[in-house]
Amino acid sequence: MQQAAQQPIEDLREQFDELKAQLESLKNQAPANKISMVVFSGELDKVLAAFVIATGAAAMGMEVVMFFTFWGTPVLRDKNKSVGGKDMMGKMFGTMLPKGTGAVKLSKMNMGGMGTAMMKSLMKKKNVASVEQMMELAADLGVQIFICEMSMDLMGFKREEMIAYPDLTYCGVAKFMEEAANSRVQLFI
Amino acid sequence: MSDEIKVDKHMDLKGLPCPMPVVKVSKGIKEVELGQVIEAVTTDPGSLTDFPAWARTSGNEILKSEQDGETIRFYIKRTA
Repeated sequence: MQQAAQQPIEDLREQFDELKAQLESLKNQAPANKISMVVFSGELDKVLAAFVIATGAAAMGMEVVMFFTFWGTPVLRDKNKSVGGKDMMGKMFGTMLPKGTGAVKLSKMNMGGMGTAMMKSLMKKKNVASVEQMMELAADLGVQIFICEMSMDLMGFKREEMIAYPDLTYCGVAKFMEEAANSRVQLFI
Repeated sequence: MSDEIKVDKHMDLKGLPCPMPVVKVSKGIKEVELGQVIEAVTTDPGSLTDFPAWARTSGNEILKSEQDGETIRFYIKRTA
């Protein structure tokens, strides 16, 4: 009699344990409150948009990861740093690509730099933060920046010439994918 | 009604465009205690939709918002 009553309880306990295990595994699969962004572009407008989204997301309590690759990479160079020992291609990329946030141009209506200068003065007039200021703010808000090693190598950039950003990691696609897979939002800019 | 809301911190965010109002208020809210209220004043028309979105996401509460010409005034209670 007693045994017969115990059986359903045993069954229930088994089911409960199974559900608990399933819930745990679902919990591990749920994405974090995080945004992962690929910053592929190196132009003022696009980089500015990336930083506006990054700082806005951080303000909303999200963890933010920015992965700078290809044309985005030179934006992270420090204008006050220079390194020697580059080959011809490295020197060429170094000269032709913008050196840091202050040197980026508009993707449209640059007009030999005139458009960019006008946009910058307009931004100042309208109180819109510059890319430099946005990057400082991002650092302050704990936005993480990843730099693509492959792009660095391709364009001949060295770690010694990059900015001293507080949360800076050199990595490859796997690190970005790990972050992106665990994020609610992924963007390519 | 607004004079019935007890304000613990004032934030003047006038003249600041996106994303600054939301960034600043997200910092400011951490400087008051749970249950305390911030009065934030902006002139960014986008903040009319941005502040409620920020509040919903961050779990804080907008007690009241009022618009007077270009000026928008928010009363935000820290609930998270």
